[in-house]
Order: sequence, then structure tokens, then C-alpha cells
Amino acid sequence: MRMRWRDARPKRRGAVALALGGAAGLWGLAALAASSSARAQQPAEQGAPLNYFLHAAGPAAAPTMRLGWTLTALAVAVSTLVGLLLVMAIVRKRSPSDPAELLPERGGLTWIYVGTGVSSIVLLAMLVYVLVTLERVASPAQPPALTVTVTAYDWWWKVAYDDATDPALNFVTANEIHIPVGEPVKVALRSADVVHAFWVPQLAGKTQTIPGQTNEQWIEADHAGVYRGQCSQFCGAQHAHMAFEVVAQSPADFAAWRAAQAQGQGAQPAGNADVATGKRVFGERCAGCHAIRGTDAQGTQAPDLTHLDSRHLIAAGALSNTSAHQLDWIEHAQQIKPDSLMPDIVLTVADAAALSAYLSTLH
Amino acid sequence: MADPTTRRASQPGNHAAVPPVPLQADMQPLSRPLRVGRIAPGSEEAERLRQIWEARPGWRGWFSTVDHKTIGLRYLVTAFIFLLAGGVEALIMRVQLARPNATLLTPEQYNQLFTMHGVTMIFLYALPVLSGFSNYLWPLILGARDMAFPRLNALSYWVFVFAGLFLYSSFPLGEAPDAGWFNYAPLAGLEYNTGPNIDVYALGMVLLGISTTVGSINFVVTLLRMRAPGMSLARIPVLAWGTLTASGGNLLAVPSVSLAFFLLWLDRRVGTHFFDVLNGGRPLLWQHLFWIFAHPWVYAVVLPAMGIVSDALPVFCRRPLVGYGPVAISTVATMAIGFGVWIHHMFATGIAAPVLSVFGAASFVITVPSAVATFAWIATIWTGRPVFRVPFLFFAGFVFLFVVGGVSGVMTAAVPLDWQLTDTYFVVAHLHYVLLGINVFPVIGGIYFWFPKFTGRMMSERLGRVGFWVMFVGFNVTFFPMHIAGLLGMPRRMYTYPADMGWNTVNLITSIGSFVFALGVLIFLVDLFYSLKRGPQAGDNPWDAPTLEWAVASPPPPYNFAVIPQVASRHPLWEGRLEAADDSGAASRPGSRRSKLDEGFLLGEGREALGTTALEASPDVILKMPEDSYTPFWLSLFATLVFAGLLLHVVWFTAAMLAGCAVSIVIWLWPERSLIQREPQTVSDSGD
Repeated sequence: MRMRWRDARPKRRGAVALALGGAAGLWGLAALAASSSARAQQPAEQGAPLNYFLHAAGPAAAPTMRLGWTLTALAVAVSTLVGLLLVMAIVRKRSPSDPAELLPERGGLTWIYVGTGVSSIVLLAMLVYVLVTLERVASPAQPPALTVTVTAYDWWWKVAYDDATDPALNFVTANEIHIPVGEPVKVALRSADVVHAFWVPQLAGKTQTIPGQTNEQWIEADHAGVYRGQCSQFCGAQHAHMAFEVVAQSPADFAAWRAAQAQGQGAQPAGNADVATGKRVFGERCAGCHAIRGTDAQGTQAPDLTHLDSRHLIAAGALSNTSAHQLDWIEHAQQIKPDSLMPDIVLTVADAAALSAYLSTLH
Repeated sequence: MADPTTRRASQPGNHAAVPPVPLQADMQPLSRPLRVGRIAPGSEEAERLRQIWEARPGWRGWFSTVDHKTIGLRYLVTAFIFLLAGGVEALIMRVQLARPNATLLTPEQYNQLFTMHGVTMIFLYALPVLSGFSNYLWPLILGARDMAFPRLNALSYWVFVFAGLFLYSSFPLGEAPDAGWFNYAPLAGLEYNTGPNIDVYALGMVLLGISTTVGSINFVVTLLRMRAPGMSLARIPVLAWGTLTASGGNLLAVPSVSLAFFLLWLDRRVGTHFFDVLNGGRPLLWQHLFWIFAHPWVYAVVLPAMGIVSDALPVFCRRPLVGYGPVAISTVATMAIGFGVWIHHMFATGIAAPVLSVFGAASFVITVPSAVATFAWIATIWTGRPVFRVPFLFFAGFVFLFVVGGVSGVMTAAVPLDWQLTDTYFVVAHLHYVLLGINVFPVIGGIYFWFPKFTGRMMSERLGRVGFWVMFVGFNVTFFPMHIAGLLGMPRRMYTYPADMGWNTVNLITSIGSFVFALGVLIFLVDLFYSLKRGPQAGDNPWDAPTLEWAVASPPPPYNFAVIPQVASRHPLWEGRLEAADDSGAASRPGSRRSKLDEGFLLGEGREALGTTALEASPDVILKMPEDSYTPFWLSLFATLVFAGLLLHVVWFTAAMLAGCAVSIVIWLWPERSLIQREPQTVSDSGD
């Protein structure tokens, strides 16, 4: 059975082309609409805290954001142009003839020369821009004065401030990194178990943490604020719930924060029986894994809780830091983050209240 | 002059009454004249050829056939079953991800699903489906009787299906691999993954690598040895360029991944420390070994599909492809450069920026050959006269999706931007645009195109159009929003996400789109099954296409070509007409037809094919092709059981299965005089 040539009627051809062109046009519109709806989600912290396409808060991220706009515009333009060429190629007027007839093997090579030539020039120009941007974001303009060592664990972040010559300013905390505004900060990246990746999109690109080696990147914030981060290399069961925050503060505030964090928890308020009970419960049930500097709790496998009350979020960004959420996490961790290494700790009501009271003293 | 391949029952010299009886194959002389002649369809000689080449009936034939057409169809059917399995895995994930904080799946279940989705689609669908097309079509488009190594061909299929079953064997037990298809160490190591799941993956991949390797060897040798006389390298269809290039790439790349998985298995079960950092190993070594394989692999799974489009699209534009030479060169160039870009999967691993610059630049350069092909296709449509049949829709849609996937790839090739984009849904969008756009859409278009040749029936135009539009719209509604999700910062491989990250809407749209796309696939399947039974009869060449497979019946006889055709151009079935069209309307001149399809070399003394020279395809030797054999099946089974024994640590069983392999190989390779190739004599040499 030969092709039924009579079926290739012009109006059906036009309908097909219109539909294809409509698809290309709708696609272009969707691209625009989506990007503007993303822009409409202001401010970034409430809308999409990991949105790096429209928000760059420092010099390690801003050149990349502009590069992203340029390449996105190019991508949309090329796709739309090719879509249009495709549609035009399909619908353009041709002299009527027998559809069974063949056309000679002639012509058309100019398309390849011009198309490939223009593409190559544009690609070369873009490559130069890419390499210039790479040079700008790969390392900071001046050497960083502050180094923070972040060690990735399944599924939380150990944050060590250990670069000060005065050991009284060195300490370990978890899941929340503070940096001074307006200066580059070096982040030394290590892993305690598997490959993770450190990523705070509005401040910088991501870098893997690989066990057995120390990687490095830098971040810098132009303005004070809270910037969300997320593990972005699949690391097992709770990869989805391994977030962190970077808090950028004025240099004075940062210095005060660092000094306060470096102090251990020593004496507690006198005469508070609940808090004392809570501290005992902590020592019995939590200190095997967690540490509170200045007390007997010296666990190393889990986040340091010395200044738990000063943090914004708990459980690596899974919950906001309230007493209710703390108890929920302690008693039902396996429901909140199944297969995480925090077990469900069964507490009596009295013990729970006491523990909560103790934890709320860890400013 | 007496024919040395036959003997007379009467005395020598008496050529009168007794008809010649063909000698048994092993008694035939090692050289004989190579004669040219004609064999009419339906004639006695055609029937004799059929009986020589036909597989045995029933289950015996099922296990012993070495017919490339049967093997090709098996590859296609099996690959499609795996496509559907991977698709179901994806749909379950999309239900989980349709809204934030969903609890349909536990993290472990989700991780197994996304791992098996990747493994299934990339290894058990994407390459095997193209192997299926190439297995069926290569001898036909090249003018040959079969692939160069028919038993090896059967082996590559059996190993593929057994490896697929092996890889899926732990899934029903809830023990599927769960560390991603990329399986990074140390997460895939013994410390973090004690179960048999990763061992299943590692051993299954080494087994599958055997299938890929022998299949690639078969394609390369067939192309260099068995093309029809006159089919020089400048005249082979672009599908042949695509599969040849992919096969060469696979031969160089597969050893890297087989090594990676083997070393991982040794670390896990034998006590080595290649990736074990506590004992001096390097986790980053895994990433290098894996990506040195996996990047060339992605070109292996798209270049043959691009070849399908380059061959079939021109049929629906009523003219030859624009720029055959540039397209052929761009195919090879893409594969070659593809070996120099693997670090673009590792931009975030802490490698120094100057090194990343080199790989980023190479990743930009690899776009150029793709641009050549894209403009060739557009030019072919523009200067041609499109015919809106279902295959054309899929090929036109493919061009658009190819470009979208390509430009998002350019974005990820920009090193600093990739530091934001990598491991987000932006990359998921990119990879699905290139993998579905450049593999699945041409595959389905190719099935609409070649279904008549495979089965003798046409598929439905109406259902095909509906299916195409549902698939095209569903695909874009599914995967376009993933670009947005990625730009909004959504990382990959998360079993759920919080409600306040701004990702809710895009995920819901994606999930809805995925079901629309699935509906399109369902429509296609309905069309397929319906047309198998009730499709209208197709005839030899329903599309009026130019290449050799359309010169034989639909479906082709088991011997493909009764006489070996002689080829004089890229478009044997369009000769004369193309020249006439070029002469602005002069009538077609009979003498201008140069390819000879009805008259050619007669090869009928048992299963025989013609061996030709590598570059110009001049006739060289008479190849003796093997009979059907059970040995490939047994060897595949024993090889799979060797790996099962390694998986279960049963040493005596492994040793026994290895012995079985050895016996099978000895039987297979046992020298037979009947398989020695014969030298063709010129007529003046064949003295009595």
C-alpha cells in the first residue's frame, strides 16, 4: 500500500504547523510567566529561600546570577528561534505538485554553514564570559580573615570555629553558621561519613564534602540576614532533611556572638529543681551522643547543644526551635526524620518537662 | 565446466540427466566461482533459501535461533517492558512528590525507586532499544544476510535479559539498590549499605557489560565486513554511522564501569580498600571511573537515535538528507569529544578551577557538532516537502526537544553556573529533555516507521496523531517546570520537601503532566497491539523510502536478500527519480539506474553471506554462517549463574557454573570445516 498522498492536504498541514507553533509560543510564554512568578515571590526568605536565580546576596554568587540570566535569555532565544524556524520550514508555501515526486539532492548546505557558524561564535563569546565569571567567583578578592570548618555528618552539619589564635574564641556548634557582613569567609569542608555537598545558594555555589580530603570554598554576604543552605549530594535516607542556615551579622554583632558561643555552660540558676532534674536526665539519656561544653556531657556523634537556645532551627532545619518542637523531636524523631540516627527517646511527662526546662537555659 | 560444489551421481563426463546434489557443507571445496544471477520471489530457489535460513519451529527455534530479525524484535520488546517498569517507578515517585511532606513512601522505598528508575531507563531501556533497531535493520540496510557473528548476537540478547532479571531480582524482596544509579562510594560501600542490594547492582552491571561489549563488537565487524558490494563508507545510512560510533564508544567506555563495579564488589565482599578512605582508598576514584564511562554512554544512547531521524525524516520530506557528510562527521566528532568532558559531572568535587575550565570548554565545543545535525534536519524540512504522517510528527517534535535539552546543557556546562545548577531539578529537566527527546521520541517515531517492515501491517494514523500530541504536551508539562524547580533551588533525590520552599506548584504541575505523558504512551501501546492484529497490509515500501530494507518483502524472508544486491548510491530505491528531478523535469532514463537489486551474487550452498572489503565494499570472500544453536542460551545462563553464585557466596556453585561456561565455550568454538570462509574464484580460474 502506497502512502495516500492525497491526505497531505494543505489545511491539515497548516493545522499541524499551527499546533506546533502554538506549542513553541506557549512554551515561551510559560518560561516568561514562570520566571515572573518566581520574581513575585518576595521576599526570598519567605518565598523560595533557595532561589539563587533571582537573589544573590554576595560577590561569590552575584556574578553567577548575572551569568545565569544571560545564558537563560540565550537558551530561551535559541529555543524560540529554532521552534520558529521549524514551524516556518513546515508551513512555508510550496508550489503544488504530486506528493509522490522526489526533490533533488541539492541545496540546504548554507543552513548548516550559517547555523553552525553563528552558533560557534555565540558559544565562543559565552565561553569567554563563563571563564571570566569563573575567575571572579572561584576565589575572593582578598584573603579571608575568618575560616569556618564544616564537617558534614549523616544528616547534620558540625560547625567548628577553630581558626582563632586565642583558644578562648574557638568552639564547636551545629547547623547554624554566623559570619560577619562584608568580608569573605573561607569554609573548609570535610565529611565524617559519605559524600555530602555544602550549598547556600544565595551566597555561593556548592562544593562536595568528601571523606578523606578537605575541600574549600568561600562565602560572603553584602547584607545582614539569614540565608538557608541545603545538602545537595545524595547521602542516604535523610538527605532531604539536611538543611542549615548562614546568619550574616554586622562585625560587632558577630564578635559578640562568637565570644558568647565560645563560653561553656557552667553554673546554673540556683534553686531550680526542674532544671537540675533536666540536667540529670540529659546526662543519662543524651550525653552519650551530644555534648554541652562545661558539663559532663561530652558526646561527639551528634550536634553540639551547648547553646541550643540561641539557634533558630533544630534537626538540621526540619523544625523551628521551640520547646514543643524540641520535645517532639526528642520523643518522635523517627517519625519526623525516619531512619535518621536520632532514636525516639521515651520520656515520662515529668522528665520531659524537666528536660525542656533545662534545654531552655542553654542560651 | 563441472561445478565443484556439487557432485554427479553418474560417471564424470556425463552431464546429461541427473540433477546436481549439493555437497555437504563440510565437504565443499575451499574456493569456488562466485556467480551472479536472479532469483524470482516464490521460485524454487527462493523456497530452498527459506528452508536453509528458517529457524526451527516451536520452542526449539525459540531457544536456538540466531536470526538477527528475531533477536532485534526481542530486544525491542524487552526494552519496552523495562521502559514501562521504569515509567511506573517514576509515576509512583511523582505521586509522592505531588505535594509537600507526603507520606506515601518511606525514604528507603523512595531511594530504591529512584535508583531502579535510573538503572532501568539508562541501562535496560535506552541502549537495548537502539540495539534492537540496529540488530533488526543493519543487515537489511547494509545489504547483508545476517550480522557477522549470529551466535554472538543471540548471546548478547540472552545476557541482556538475564542481567535485567538479575538486577530486578532483589526488588520484590525490598532489597533493590538504593544509592542512586550513580552509586557513589562510600554510600555504596559496605559500611553504609550492608545488604545484598549493592552487590546485585555491581554484579548485574558487570554481567550486562558482557552483553554490551559483544553487541558492540558485532556491529563494528558487520559494518566493516558485510556491506553489500558497492556500499562504500560514504553510502551507508546515518543509522549505521550512529550505531558504529556508539559501538566504538562503548568498547572503550564499558571497561571503565565494569572495573568500577568490580572494584566496589571486591571492596564489599573480598576485603580490598579501593574506595575505603579509612584504609587509604579514595572515594573520588569512584566518581572518575563512573563518569569516564557514563558520559560517553549518554552519547551512545542518543547517536543511533539521531541516525534514525537522519534516515527517516528525509523520507517524509521527499528528498535526501541535507549535508550527509557533515552529519556523519558530526556523529563521530560528538563521540570523540564525549570522551573528554566527563568532569562536567564533577564540577562541585573540589577539583581546581583551571582543570574545570578545560572540561567546561570541551563541554561547550561538543555543542557544535550537534548544531550541524540540527541545521541539517531543519534544512531538510525547509528544502523538502513535508508529509504529515505520524513518524514525521515524532521527528519534528524531536528536533525541538533536542534543542531545548541542548541549550539547558550549555547552561550546565558553564562552570560557575553549574555550581548552582548541579544536583538540582534543573539537571533532571535537562537530562529528561535529552534522553526522552533524543531517544524516546525518535524510537517511537522509528517504530511507526518500521512497524510495516517488521510486521507487514501499518499502524494507525489517527491513534498515532492523538498519541503524539498527548505525549508531546504531557512531556513538556512534566519536565519544563523542573527547570523552574531547579532554579528555585530544589535539590535532586529528595523523597519529600518542606511546604515553605516555594516548590509546591511546580511539583504538582509536573506530577499531573507525568500522568498525561503516561496516557500518551498507553495510547501508543493500544495502537501497537491493535495494529498487530488489524492494521492494514503494508506491502514492501509503503513510505516510498530509498534504503535497501524497503526492497524486500514486509516482513522480510529469513534470508533477507535472495541475491546480494549491488549498491551504487546512498539511495538505491530512489535512483533515476532523483536524477530526473535534478534535470528539471526530464523523464527518468532507464539506463541511469545503477544499483542492481534484482540481480546479484548467488549464495545458496547452505547459510552463506558475502564478505566485502572495509572501505570500498568490494566482494572479498564467501562467509559461511553458523546454523541455529542452543549454545548462546546455555552460555548466557551459566554466566548469569556464575554471578548468582558470587552474589550468594557459594563457591562450589560458582565453580560448577564456571565449568559450564567453559564447556559451552569449547562447544561453541569447536572448529568446523563447514564454517571456513570460501574464496571466490574468477570464472577463468575454475579449472576442473
